[in-house]
Amino acid sequence: MAGLMTALLAVVALAAVAALGAGAGMSEVFGIAVPYVAVAIFVAGFIKKVVGWASTPQPFSIATTGGQQYSLPWVKQAKFDNPSTPGQTFIRMALEVLCFRSLFRNTKLDNRVAEGRVAYGSDKSLWLFALMFHYCFLVVFIRHFRFFLEPVPMIITGVEFVDSILQIGVPTLYLTDVFLVVGVTFLLARRLWDPKLSYISLANDYFPLFLILAIALSGIYMRYVAKVDVIAIKQLAIGLVSFKPYIPPNIDWSFYMHFFLVCVLWAYFPFSKLMHLGGVFLSPTRNLPNNTRMERYINPWNDPSIKPHTYEEYEDDFREKMIEAGLPVDKEA
Amino acid sequence: MSKMAPPEELMNVNYATPAEAWMDVKPEFKLGNYSYPGKPDVLKYLGLPNPREWNPTEEDWKLPPDWRDIIRDGFRELLGKYRSLKIFMDCCVRCGACADKCHFYIGSGDPKNMPVLRAELLRSIYRGEFTVAAKILGKLSGSRKLEEDVIKEWFMYFYQCTQCRRCSLYCPYGIDTAEITFLARDLMNRIGVNINWILEPAANCNRTGNHLGIQPHAFKDMMEFLVDDIETITGRRVEPSFQRKGAEILFITPSGDIFAEPGIYTFMGYLLLFDYLDLDVTWSTYASEGGNFGSFMNDKWMKKLNAKMYHEAKRLGVKYIIGGECGHMWRVLNQYMDTMNGPADFLEVPKSPITGTVFNNAKSTKMIHLVEFTADLIKNGKLNLDKSRNAGITATWHDSCNTSRGMGFFEEPRYVLENVVEKFVDMPAQTIREQTYCCGGGAGLNNGEFTEMRLRGGLPRGNALKYVQEKFGVNTMSCICAIDRATLPGLADYWAPGVTVTGLHELVGNALVFDGEEPRTMNLRQEDLPGIEGSEEEE
Ligand code: HEM
Ligand code: SF4
Ligand code: SF4
Repeated sequence: MAGLMTALLAVVALAAVAALGAGAGMSEVFGIAVPYVAVAIFVAGFIKKVVGWASTPQPFSIATTGGQQYSLPWVKQAKFDNPSTPGQTFIRMALEVLCFRSLFRNTKLDNRVAEGRVAYGSDKSLWLFALMFHYCFLVVFIRHFRFFLEPVPMIITGVEFVDSILQIGVPTLYLTDVFLVVGVTFLLARRLWDPKLSYISLANDYFPLFLILAIALSGIYMRYVAKVDVIAIKQLAIGLVSFKPYIPPNIDWSFYMHFFLVCVLWAYFPFSKLMHLGGVFLSPTRNLPNNTRMERYINPWNDPSIKPHTYEEYEDDFREKMIEAGLPVDKEA
Repeated sequence: MSKMAPPEELMNVNYATPAEAWMDVKPEFKLGNYSYPGKPDVLKYLGLPNPREWNPTEEDWKLPPDWRDIIRDGFRELLGKYRSLKIFMDCCVRCGACADKCHFYIGSGDPKNMPVLRAELLRSIYRGEFTVAAKILGKLSGSRKLEEDVIKEWFMYFYQCTQCRRCSLYCPYGIDTAEITFLARDLMNRIGVNINWILEPAANCNRTGNHLGIQPHAFKDMMEFLVDDIETITGRRVEPSFQRKGAEILFITPSGDIFAEPGIYTFMGYLLLFDYLDLDVTWSTYASEGGNFGSFMNDKWMKKLNAKMYHEAKRLGVKYIIGGECGHMWRVLNQYMDTMNGPADFLEVPKSPITGTVFNNAKSTKMIHLVEFTADLIKNGKLNLDKSRNAGITATWHDSCNTSRGMGFFEEPRYVLENVVEKFVDMPAQTIREQTYCCGGGAGLNNGEFTEMRLRGGLPRGNALKYVQEKFGVNTMSCICAIDRATLPGLADYWAPGVTVTGLHELVGNALVFDGEEPRTMNLRQEDLPGIEGSEEEE
């Protein structure tokens, strides 16, 4: 509970700082200084973390095998759950990253004491909502490039078109906005309702969820309620990316709040569990093929000075007894 | 140990979470939930630090004065050596997908047996000692400082993990708690916090070649004993050889197989099969342990113990190695051996002398699983098998954790099983193959004092077994793991009484029909074959 409250208060405080600050004439700070700093932290922090991982050796090839191995020719291999070649491993990884393959396996324990039976129901809800959340986040992210690019590339207008296909309201409703909020809300709700989850959840688990929820809600407020001046915001955005920062007049306070929370997310990202974005690609139980009897995997720090207790030492220890028992020996007593 | 409550009661697990935050709950050591510490002379033999008499139930664990520095430095060292550790420390989102996947959680309800919390025991120190960001928030962000209570918690929960990797299968980032447990145990070994049931077998393996400390002459005696039994049962005198230079194949199996029931019947199955094929195979008393107790300690001992296999293969000049039925032995052979002790360029790619099949899937390690070898024989029609010798058996198959999630060995053993028994049914899908449940005895937890916790951890496996027992009349559970053969009989007696546990080659040995043989009247357990006893009564 303390973690939850801390995270919630932190997000509320951050939002308030930006809303009040921008209103009090600090738009340069929130519109120019903070974004540059945040992006710099993000880039430097992200690179540092990934380089830190990548430069650490992976001593052993420890795939978690999720199906039949490559074996005798008449045995059907589960190529993508237990890959034995780089190509198959690539597909395993693609399924993992794009479809959350492992999460798709999820089950739910159901200990029916009265029946004397322990069952494991299929439980795809986390998979479904996690996918929903991530893909909506991705689409929203891509859509935002329209603020930074002039002319707006076809691909982005295309994504926008599909996203607003239902043509509801003015401005038209983006489906991803709705589903993003639904997704985050589900992820948050399960942390509160499932006692196992609330027991393991930390402030660092609630914080990104509240933060993303706040970003989404402030974005929705800007678009559908405040109907902020998009032309002006685009001027600001292009100013930032072309390194000619400029603060146009009459930008609503809600934009500064939204933008500030996004900056917080950037700056927070490399130091948080959100780095699973990078980690998932480097996870050694998934990104290595199960071919270790076919090809020698090299451990750079393998220590050649570790030798077995040799046969010679063994024989020295037991020679008499071995001879007596009629076991062959290399050296006679 | 106190008497166990009946299964119905034990099954009624309390999954409610405690009111206090997990960091405020202290571990409580009670007989039955921990394993006895390593004995001082064993630590001395292994050259491990801080040998002493100590007792987990007492307040003072007699840690070395600079234990904090040792752990900190050790942790830093491992973070620099294992990318897996770094990633697993950084990437967990605490989504909880792994939480209810662990047999120890399912059977105990203790939240610290949820793999995610087990890992947090280490991760909290990682945050508290090695990251800037989390330190600021302290407990709220799940970080804490090293205290003796933390070490006590580690000892409790990293020795309540069988390194079965079931959790890792479901984790969206493949976070493998077995790896975390392995490295946490490495750290604990540096300050003399370990369990005897791992260290003593490791010491024995090192000196005598096998975990039971059987000396060469005694090993040979035990083999003779089984050879005699085989003669009684089949009328054949098999003639295994030891340390025979120039043999084609070196055979290595876990030493549990020669020592205790029901492993010995599997052992007899091996001997019969080799005799049937007239295989040019030799045994070694020096390398008489397939299992690797070092893999429950640290990478150094894993390597050192494993190195004997190639060392002996080279000395004897064999062409390749066949490994017997074992679980974690095969995880090490499949994922570690070549890396640690290869390249085995003095061996040849395994080729079955009977069928000519070349085992390209082992072309680098040059070590194949006996079950692969046997499956290939059956597929090529080289074995004359009479299923009726196993009549009366309705079998199910226990996939052992290590061959399942560290290899993917599913069809080969099933194929063999289906060829030697008349009736075979699998347990429910969520409890077999890659989703298989642990016997509860892996990674050094098969010791007597830990029985209560192990039986709790055996709930999912035991319950699945009971299900097929009741529904399909299953009376036999077969497996290819020596630890299983030691653990599952107790598990079955408790959770599904009436089910017998067998190795796969025991059933093969029963079914194998030799040319011109005397008709068999009993199986390898010297029980009358079905029909034999009955027909006598009818007369
Ligand atoms: C290739 C990229 C990514 C993959 C494969 C991935 C995968 C996953 C998966 C499988 C989960 C677990 C399910 C869950 O807890 O909801 C998760 C959680 C999460 N991801 Fe990602 N993710 C990726 C990128 C990102 C990015 C870029 C963000 C940025 C904001 C993000 C934010 C989150 C958050 C906040 C959670 C936690 C949800 C919770 O607390 O329950 N992810 N991710
Ligand atoms: S499944 Fe993986 S990411 Fe989720 S809580 Fe478990 S270890 Fe963490
Ligand atoms: S490896 Fe097995 S025993 Fe250990 S935490 Fe994971 S599921 Fe539990």
